[in-house]
Amino acid sequence: MKPAPFDYVSAETVDEAVAVLAAEGDEARLLAGGQSLIAMLNMRLIKPSTIIDVSRVDGLNKITSTEAGLRVGAATTQRSLLDLPQLEQYYPLLSKALPWVGHFQTRSRGTVCGSIAHADPSSELPLCLALLNGSVELRSDRGHRKLEADAFQTGMLQTACAADEMIESVTFPAADKNSGYAFHEFGYRHGDFAIVAVAAVVDKGRVRIAVGGMTDRPEVREFRRDDTDLDSSGWLDDVLNDLAWTLHGSDDQHATSRYRRDLVRGLGRQAVKEADACRV
Amino acid sequence: MAIVASRVGQSVERVEDNALLTGRARFLDDMPVRADTVHAAVVRSSHAHAEVLAIDVSAALAHPGVVGVLTGTDAIRWSKPFVVGVKQPMEHWCLAVDKVRYVGEPVAVVLAEDRYIAEDAAELVLVTYKPLAAVLDLCAAIAPGAPILHHKVGSNVVSERHFSYGDVESAFAIADHIVDLSVRYPRNSCTPIEAMAVVAEYQSQDGSYDVLSNFQGPFALHPVMALALQIPGGKLRMRSPAFSGGSFGVKQSVFPYVVAMALASRKVGRPVKWVEDRLEHLEAATSASGRMSKISAAVRADGVVLALDLEQHDDCGGYLRAPEPASLYRMHGNLSGAYGVKNIRVVNRVVMTNKTPSGLNRGFGGPQLYFAIERLMQKISKHLKIDHLDIIRRNLVPAGAFPYRTPSGGLLDSGDYPEAVRRAIEDGGYSGLIDRRDKARAEGRLYGIGLTAVVEPSVSNMGYITTALTAAERAKAGPKNGAHATATVALDPLGTVLVNTASVPQGQGQATVLQQVVADVFGLPTTAVVVNLEFDTQKDPWSIAAGNYSSRFAAAVAGAALEAASRLKDQLIEIAAHIFNVDKSQIVFADGIVCAANKQNTELPFSRLAALSHWSPGTLPKGVRPALRETVFWSMPQHTAPDEADRINSSGVYGFIFDYCGVEIDRTTGRLTIDKYVTMHDAGRILHPAMVDGQIQGAFANAVGATLYEEFQYAPDGGFLSGTFADYMVPTACEVPDTLILHMETPSPFTPLGSKGVGEGNCMSTPVCLANAVADALGTEDINLPLTPCRLLSLVGDDEPEPAEKQMSHKDAAMAGDLTGEGDLKVPLGRSDLWRALLDPTILATVIPGCHQLHQVGVHDYQAEVTLGVGPVRGRFNVSITLSDLKEPHTLVLTGRAEGPLGISKGRGQVFLEDLPNGTRLRYCYGVDVSGKLAAVGGRMLDGAAKILIRQFFQRLITTIGAKAEKGSVFTRVLDRLRRLG
Repeated sequence: MKPAPFDYVSAETVDEAVAVLAAEGDEARLLAGGQSLIAMLNMRLIKPSTIIDVSRVDGLNKITSTEAGLRVGAATTQRSLLDLPQLEQYYPLLSKALPWVGHFQTRSRGTVCGSIAHADPSSELPLCLALLNGSVELRSDRGHRKLEADAFQTGMLQTACAADEMIESVTFPAADKNSGYAFHEFGYRHGDFAIVAVAAVVDKGRVRIAVGGMTDRPEVREFRRDDTDLDSSGWLDDVLNDLAWTLHGSDDQHATSRYRRDLVRGLGRQAVKEADACRV
Repeated sequence: MAIVASRVGQSVERVEDNALLTGRARFLDDMPVRADTVHAAVVRSSHAHAEVLAIDVSAALAHPGVVGVLTGTDAIRWSKPFVVGVKQPMEHWCLAVDKVRYVGEPVAVVLAEDRYIAEDAAELVLVTYKPLAAVLDLCAAIAPGAPILHHKVGSNVVSERHFSYGDVESAFAIADHIVDLSVRYPRNSCTPIEAMAVVAEYQSQDGSYDVLSNFQGPFALHPVMALALQIPGGKLRMRSPAFSGGSFGVKQSVFPYVVAMALASRKVGRPVKWVEDRLEHLEAATSASGRMSKISAAVRADGVVLALDLEQHDDCGGYLRAPEPASLYRMHGNLSGAYGVKNIRVVNRVVMTNKTPSGLNRGFGGPQLYFAIERLMQKISKHLKIDHLDIIRRNLVPAGAFPYRTPSGGLLDSGDYPEAVRRAIEDGGYSGLIDRRDKARAEGRLYGIGLTAVVEPSVSNMGYITTALTAAERAKAGPKNGAHATATVALDPLGTVLVNTASVPQGQGQATVLQQVVADVFGLPTTAVVVNLEFDTQKDPWSIAAGNYSSRFAAAVAGAALEAASRLKDQLIEIAAHIFNVDKSQIVFADGIVCAANKQNTELPFSRLAALSHWSPGTLPKGVRPALRETVFWSMPQHTAPDEADRINSSGVYGFIFDYCGVEIDRTTGRLTIDKYVTMHDAGRILHPAMVDGQIQGAFANAVGATLYEEFQYAPDGGFLSGTFADYMVPTACEVPDTLILHMETPSPFTPLGSKGVGEGNCMSTPVCLANAVADALGTEDINLPLTPCRLLSLVGDDEPEPAEKQMSHKDAAMAGDLTGEGDLKVPLGRSDLWRALLDPTILATVIPGCHQLHQVGVHDYQAEVTLGVGPVRGRFNVSITLSDLKEPHTLVLTGRAEGPLGISKGRGQVFLEDLPNGTRLRYCYGVDVSGKLAAVGGRMLDGAAKILIRQFFQRLITTIGAKAEKGSVFTRVLDRLRRLG
């Protein structure tokens, strides 16, 4: 558990960080909170030539309210987002999901954008970004570009972020006043990687569900609801059962695909019902 | 004159905590080492079972900063295999010499200027293996035709013994009921926060070795190490620091590394330091033995058990490492548990499998034995429709029967089991728990109550291990028995009392208790007693029983300290009686003063009296030895060797535990919640109540882990899957509820302080208590640990709702492997063109993800160097690929094998080509096995990773053969299919 040799660059500006990225490309990795990167480094699962530390870049830890929603800078910790005043009111999903991210100790270091960049298939924040249809702002020395969540995370630990690009910020759209939000997750222990996580947003005419832990990236599905009663002729259970079977889930040493489908049905129901109840 | 209250029995502040809480405690990695010390990294096997054909260390040696590499060749030159506890031709060396027998087995040690360089170079050591079939499961290992681990033995059963006590056959013949059960107990470990560490130095001037390590004993392993190093015992100096980051028995298994690092130091002529990392620890340090038990009971109509018939198979892993097969024999004297059953038959078989060798682990042998007995008692209650509590009560060893001789030779020293049960039921609120269960069940919830009664043995008799030998073999070897505890108490010229023991504590707070015990003897404040528990085999008194294991501190070591202090006090009394000119019976020690009770003006400060033997030995009365230092070796006469009939009092004292609990299982998630847990302990006299409760809560936490979360998991090919705390799930404070701890104190008549061990009991009682509660909640008998939510939900057994549309599945049953999958895609190319493309090495080179170079080495055989990975996780692998079973142009089989620092992967895939109107349908299925580091730390992601790589392969195939993906059709369809396989 000792990393292979690497160069360390502590960037002072985003320009400096992307300049190093442009030079080193695929062989460089960005360090923000290090909650996944350092463990992977120590286990030599990754052997980058250069680590570019962006945690000290001035202004990169800002959270800004914009028209598109809450813009969270690349060095913002999960904890500072969770501590944002009135988060519960304007971003209820984030407020419900963030306590599930790791442990309070890791949230003090781990960054919001780091979670999005790492793209773990059972991670909470990519799931929220996908459900809310948020966006990712990428930066390189070639310029800026913006990707929607769905286009950003392409698979397990895989994103559309090019070798010379870094995430500068992510934007979570603000809550719709007429919608209700819920986040449910199941792991064996407090702070574990989710076996299955479900986020839901419900309004008068639709139910939108995002599921993590079933496939190699967050899966979002939207359903029109024709009836005010979600349980009318078993509608919700049927929707969730179809979803569970469509995503199927995989077997690993901790859980079977059958169990994962059970969780999609069970947690999905809890999440949708709660979101529906939270609706104004 | 004030009478000082006794400190023993009080929860005095722990003397250890100041240093621990202020960061001044020195753990092994903090200890200063010589400036020229080199650092070791261990090269380990990625194979569960393979012949070692060659080890090429040239690239590693050429790496800047590397000082040397130790391999099995050096082990053969300078050492011998470790001695084994059974008479079998098995060889276990400190490094693999001919074969590897488990994933993680040490193969070489790289020595470098720092650990980073050593790790860099460890990746450069090239080991050539010839893989052999691995055997992981106990049943498979004993089946005919199983791969054999140790060929000279000829079987994976390396020890088999049959025992019979009383008249088992008659009991079964007259029984009203015969109830039987088969159970399994998984492999797990108590995983201390500080892993193992060794600093070893070869002293060429006299051929001796000086070793600083966090080895905790038993020092019966000292001769094992010295014999392996082929030196007299005195030339192996083993030192341990005063602080340790926990052990739970586990650090016993550092001993092969002590020998390896000692040889490494000899090889490079410099001190060698090795600190085990977490991955190494989880993968290869040790494990509790796994157990498969068949048990049956002859039961009378009223529920009284007349006889037990037990067959135990112990999974000891790749090597039988001392003190194994002790897991099976530590409990031999108390095979009847807390019960008065008179007739017992037992068959013990020790089995080798391709897993990490087993060793000491908190509870050692107890969890496995009681899981069988106590699950059976629960089943008897269901079978006879008699309340489980009544079944327990009717079978307990009766009050007044103590000391009670068990059929297998144990001597239960003291207790009143029925009274302890009565108090626990009353004080713990058992009837309220029944009400909670009734209420929960009326609401349709899954709620169950579990009970268990066990005896907790402590202070092991060193002779019990020889029960694994026949009486004839024992007679030849000479009797073995006893277990000396060693303590030294000394006085300094200013009257400080110094205490040393050969105990090697691991964080329990032994210094605090020793202060209490010794301060009481001399009537001193605890601050006048200084305890130093560093240990040095060349300077400190010790016996082979020294060390920290089998809960021996309170009963044996603290007792030895009491006796040493008392001897010293007797000498001080003689001196004081002489000075005061009174009878010895009149001398009183209290409040730092010594005086004569019946005579005025005789007060003498303790320090003054203590100083006399230093300053003026000439004034001592004739025949009185100076009161300077006393060492006591304490052993117990009850520790006899196994007798002709294989009866053995395997421990010195036996506590009693009665537990019950209520649990609820959530129907949606399968999560088990411990609603209430009551644990009643009679561990004799309690020396420090808070520490006793701490031990109970700690063992309970370990047991919650063993019951609900923890298991060392292996893939079918032997790949290790639990290499991080994300996959080896130790519960955190959030997962471990509080317990209601109750006490009863029946002092042991056999120990100086009347105390018994208390450190391991809940590791023995809690797993089966919780399992009984689950059996009660779900009405099921087949309870396997760990009871994860996934497993529990499958035990709840609800049928899964059908999918609305039939799901596509054409999994090929022939594709074996951990990770299997399938997919298909449409290629707008004729079938024979596609076929040719598949057989074209230039195309193959471009479609293999990350292929650097590809060499054709046979008609359909290729070798390649490939960078494989998912996202940022990448590694270079040597890959060999063979195409076979070619049926042009229909199908072919692709077999591949990749090997690199991240691990080994082997896979097999079959490709089918079918004509379509405007192209070809390419259908494939595959099976992949992964072992090594990637499997150990990334199990959660392997399935996804395999899919990604195979997808990459076929995506590239499409691009390379110039077929444009039909827009919005093939590409998305392929992706969708692959995703759906998820």
